[in-house]
Amino acid sequence: MTQSVVVQVGQCGNQVGCRFWDLALREHAAVNKKGIYDEALSSFFRNVDTRSGDNGPDICKGKICSLKARALLIDMEEGVVNEILQGPLRDVFDSKQLITDVSGSGNNWAVGHKIYGCQYRENIVEKLRKTAEHCDCLQCFFIIHSMGGGTGSGLGTFVLNLLEEEFPEVYRFVTSVYPSGEDDVITSPYNSVLAMKELNEHADCVLPIENESLFEIVNKIHQMINSGKLGSTVKQNSLVTSSAGNAKTLQEKPFDAMNNIVANLLLNLTSSSRFEGSLNMDLNEISMNLVPFPRLHYLVSSLTPLYTLADVNVPSRRLDQMFSDAFSRDHQLIQADPKHSLYLACALLVRGNVQVSDLRRNIERLKPSLHFVSWNQEGWKTGLCSVPPVGHSHSLLALANNTCVKPTFIELKDRFMKLYKKKAHLHHYLQIDGMEQSCFSEAISSLSDLIEEYNELDVTKGGPRIDPSRLKIAV
Amino acid sequence: MSIVTVQLGQCGNQIGHEVFSALCSDIRGTHGLCSKKENESYQDSCKERFFCEEESGVPAARAVLVDMEPKVISQTLSMAARSGHWKYSSHSHFCQKQGSGNNWANGYSVHGPKHKEAIMDLVQKEAEKCDRLGGFFTIMSMAGGTGSGLGAFVTQCLRDAFPTSFILNHVIWPYGTGEVIVQNYNSILTLSHLYHSSDALLVHENDVIHKICAQLMNIKQISFRDVNQVIAHQLGSVFQPTHTAGGGSGYSRNPLGDLLEPLVPHPEFRMLGLRNIPQMAESSLAYSTFSWPGLIKHLRQILIANAHMEEGIDWRVQPPHPGSSIPSTNKPLHFNTSIANLVILRGKDVHSADLGSFQDPSLYTSWLNPQDAFNAWKTPRAFNKYEKSASLVSNSQFLLKPLDSIVGKAWNMFASKAYLHQYTKFGIQEEDFLDCFTTLEQVISSYTNL
Repeated sequence: MTQSVVVQVGQCGNQVGCRFWDLALREHAAVNKKGIYDEALSSFFRNVDTRSGDNGPDICKGKICSLKARALLIDMEEGVVNEILQGPLRDVFDSKQLITDVSGSGNNWAVGHKIYGCQYRENIVEKLRKTAEHCDCLQCFFIIHSMGGGTGSGLGTFVLNLLEEEFPEVYRFVTSVYPSGEDDVITSPYNSVLAMKELNEHADCVLPIENESLFEIVNKIHQMINSGKLGSTVKQNSLVTSSAGNAKTLQEKPFDAMNNIVANLLLNLTSSSRFEGSLNMDLNEISMNLVPFPRLHYLVSSLTPLYTLADVNVPSRRLDQMFSDAFSRDHQLIQADPKHSLYLACALLVRGNVQVSDLRRNIERLKPSLHFVSWNQEGWKTGLCSVPPVGHSHSLLALANNTCVKPTFIELKDRFMKLYKKKAHLHHYLQIDGMEQSCFSEAISSLSDLIEEYNELDVTKGGPRIDPSRLKIAV
Repeated sequence: MSIVTVQLGQCGNQIGHEVFSALCSDIRGTHGLCSKKENESYQDSCKERFFCEEESGVPAARAVLVDMEPKVISQTLSMAARSGHWKYSSHSHFCQKQGSGNNWANGYSVHGPKHKEAIMDLVQKEAEKCDRLGGFFTIMSMAGGTGSGLGAFVTQCLRDAFPTSFILNHVIWPYGTGEVIVQNYNSILTLSHLYHSSDALLVHENDVIHKICAQLMNIKQISFRDVNQVIAHQLGSVFQPTHTAGGGSGYSRNPLGDLLEPLVPHPEFRMLGLRNIPQMAESSLAYSTFSWPGLIKHLRQILIANAHMEEGIDWRVQPPHPGSSIPSTNKPLHFNTSIANLVILRGKDVHSADLGSFQDPSLYTSWLNPQDAFNAWKTPRAFNKYEKSASLVSNSQFLLKPLDSIVGKAWNMFASKAYLHQYTKFGIQEEDFLDCFTTLEQVISSYTNL
C-alpha cells in the first residue's frame, strides 16, 4: 500500500485541507471498527506513540495510538493555521509540519513565489523530506491551493516546482480553486495566469474547482432540504456538504459546506487505492489513463449523489440516475458542460454496492449522447471500490479530460488581458526581485498555447471519422 | 504430472482463486455419477495435478501469486484459507507496494527485471514440489499493467528457465466498451510478446462471459465474481482429469502436452478459444436433461457458426461442400474454419457419445488429416453438478474478429500518438509498438487466409 502527503498552502488551501482531514477521520472511523492501525489508514495517517511526547516513534501495526496526518501546512499569515491548531483537529497535526509567517502575501503571486519561495525553500525541503521519510512507499503529493491570491497561488506553485525537483518519481495532483469573475481580488487574473504556467509545466494532474459551482451545489442541497419534499428523510451525514459531528450544533463557517465538497472529491479519488474492490483504480492509473498528452492534464470532476434519502432500498433506476447526474452540468465542480464538448478520456470510480453489470449498462446508455475524440471512442476507465462513503450505499466520482475546460481558461485569459493592456497594478509585481515583463509574457503565452491545443481537438469534433489505414502485410 | 499455475495481477489472482475453488469443490462433490473406483481415481489425479499435500492435511494449490500491490493477494489468500478445504502455501506469493498503473511498459521494463529473481525463485520452489512437472499455466488480463506487462516478462523468463516445458497462457480480453483507456495498447504489446515465448494463448473475453451470465445464468446484477466463476467452470471442464483416446485405462498423465501438441501444429497459429455447454443457473439444473447427440450437435454448430453459447446460434451456416475446389477467399465469411479441435465430454453414458460429425474434413483446413485435426477426451465422471457437459477447445478463426478489432482501435490511437509519452518514459518506443503491430497483422492475415 502506498502513502500520500497533502500539502495545503494559503488560506483557501488550509481551509479545504482542514475539512479533508476531518472527513478522512470520519470515513476511517466508520470503516475501521476495531481501532487497529491498518494499511488503509496508513495511506494518509501515521500512527505515533505519543506517550513520551510528540517525538515518539511511529507504530506500524497494532492498536491506534495517536494518528498524525501526513501533511504540510503552509501559510504566510497565521490566522487560519492557528485556528486549526486550536480546533478539534489540533492533535492530528504535528507542530513540526507547519510553516507560517505573519504578514501574508498581499494577494501578490510574485511575493508568494519569489520572496517567500526563496526565503522558505530550505525549510520546506527539509520538512518535505521528513514527511517522506515516514512513508514506506510514497506515491503522491496532493497540493491544495487557490489560484487567485498570493500565497496559495505563488508559494503553492513554488512548492509544486520544488516537488518535481526533489521527488521527481512521486505524482503531483493539484486541486486548484479558480477565481470567479466577481472575485474581489483585483489582481486575481494575474496571479492565476502566472500560476497556470507552473501547473502546465509541473503538475501531473490538475483538478480545477470553481467557487460558483460549489456555491450552486450548496444552494441546491439547501433548497431540496428546505422545500419539504424530502425533509427529515435525508440522512444528514450523507450530505456532500456536511462535516463530521452534528451539523446543527456546530457553528459552521460559511465556506465549510463548499469546502466539504472538495474534501469529498479527494476522499473519493483515493478510495480505490485505500480500500479493496473488484476492480481497483490506483492514483497512478488515473494519471496514466486520463492524460493522453503531457500538457492536457486538467480533469473536470463531478460527484454524485449529493445526499442520500434514508430509505434503504435502492432500485436500479436510482442507481442509473446517479450515473446520469454525473454528466449533468449542475454536478460539475467547475462552470462547464462536458456533455456538449469533446471527451478525450473519462474515468468512473464507483463506490459501494455497485457491480460491473450496472457500470456496463450505464456506459452503454450514456455513451451515445457523449462526444469522444476519434482515437478514443471507447475511452472509459472504470473502478469499483467496495467501501461506500459515510452515509451512502454507493457513490460515483467522474473525472473527465474534456475540452469544456477551455471556456474557463479563455475567460481567465480575457480578464488577464484587460488588466495587462493597461499595465494596471503591474508595478506591484515588477518591483519584486526576480520578476520581469517576460514572466508575464511567457505565462500568457503558455496559457494561449494550452487553449490552442484544446481548439485543435475541438475542431475534430463531429467531423467525419477517417480511420488511418492499417499496416499491410505481404501474404 | 503436475501443473504450476502463475496468477498475475488483480484479474489473474481473482480468477485463479475461483479456479482452485471450483476444482476443489468438484472433487469433493457427490455428483460424480460414476463408480467409486472411477471417482477415487479422478480425485487422486486432480489432486496430483493441482494440489500439494501438506502436513496440516489441507491441500495447498500449486500456485504462485504475483501482484505489484498488496490488496488483492491478501484478499485472495484469506478467502482461500477461510474455505477450510484448500489453501495457498504460505510462501508462494510476491507483491510490492505500488501497482503498475495500467502501464505495460512499467510492468515489463521496470517491475519485470527488478523482481525477476524473487518471482522465478518462487516458481522454482513450486516446480520442485512436483514429482513430475507437466508445465505452466499463467492467468492474466491483457488490459492492465501487471498481468499484461509483468505477465509477458514472466512468460519469457519461464521459457528461458524451462525451455522444454509446456507454457499455456490464459488471457482475459477486456470489455470492448472500455475498462482501461489504454487497454488496446496494453493488449497488442502483450499478445505480440506472448506469441514469441508461449506455446499457446487460451482466451476468454469479458463481453462473452458477461452475456452468458446475463442470458443463460439469469444473474440480475452481474459482478466480477460471477464472471470469474463462469470462467473457472469452463477452465475446470478442460483441465479436470480425463481419459485420452489412446491413453489406456488410466487418467491422462500429460494434460498440457496432450492439449497443446495436437492443437498447435504450426507456430503461427496459437490462439485457442474455449466453449462449454450446457451453462445454466444452478437452480435450473435439476429440471434439465440432456442427450449427447443434442449437446454434440449444438457444440458443432457453435464451432462452425462462431457462436458463443447455446442461445442465438445461427443454424444456417454450413461448411462448404467437400470436394469442391472453392479457394479459401470465397468461403462464406461467417463460416469458422478450424485448424484443430479438441472436444471433452464428461458425464453419464459418455461412451455412447458419437463425435463423428467433428471429423468432417470440410470443417478443417487441408493441411492436416481430419483424424489428426480432431481429438476427443472423455470421462464418465460428471463435472461440477452437470450430469453431462461438453467442452470445445478450438484453434480456429474464433478470435479473428475480436483480435482485428483490438488491433484496429490500437492503431487508431497510435496514429494520433496519444498516450505514447506514458510508455516512452519507461523505455517502450514507437518502433517497439510498430514491431507489435507487424506481428499481429501477420497473425490476423494468417488466420484470415485459412
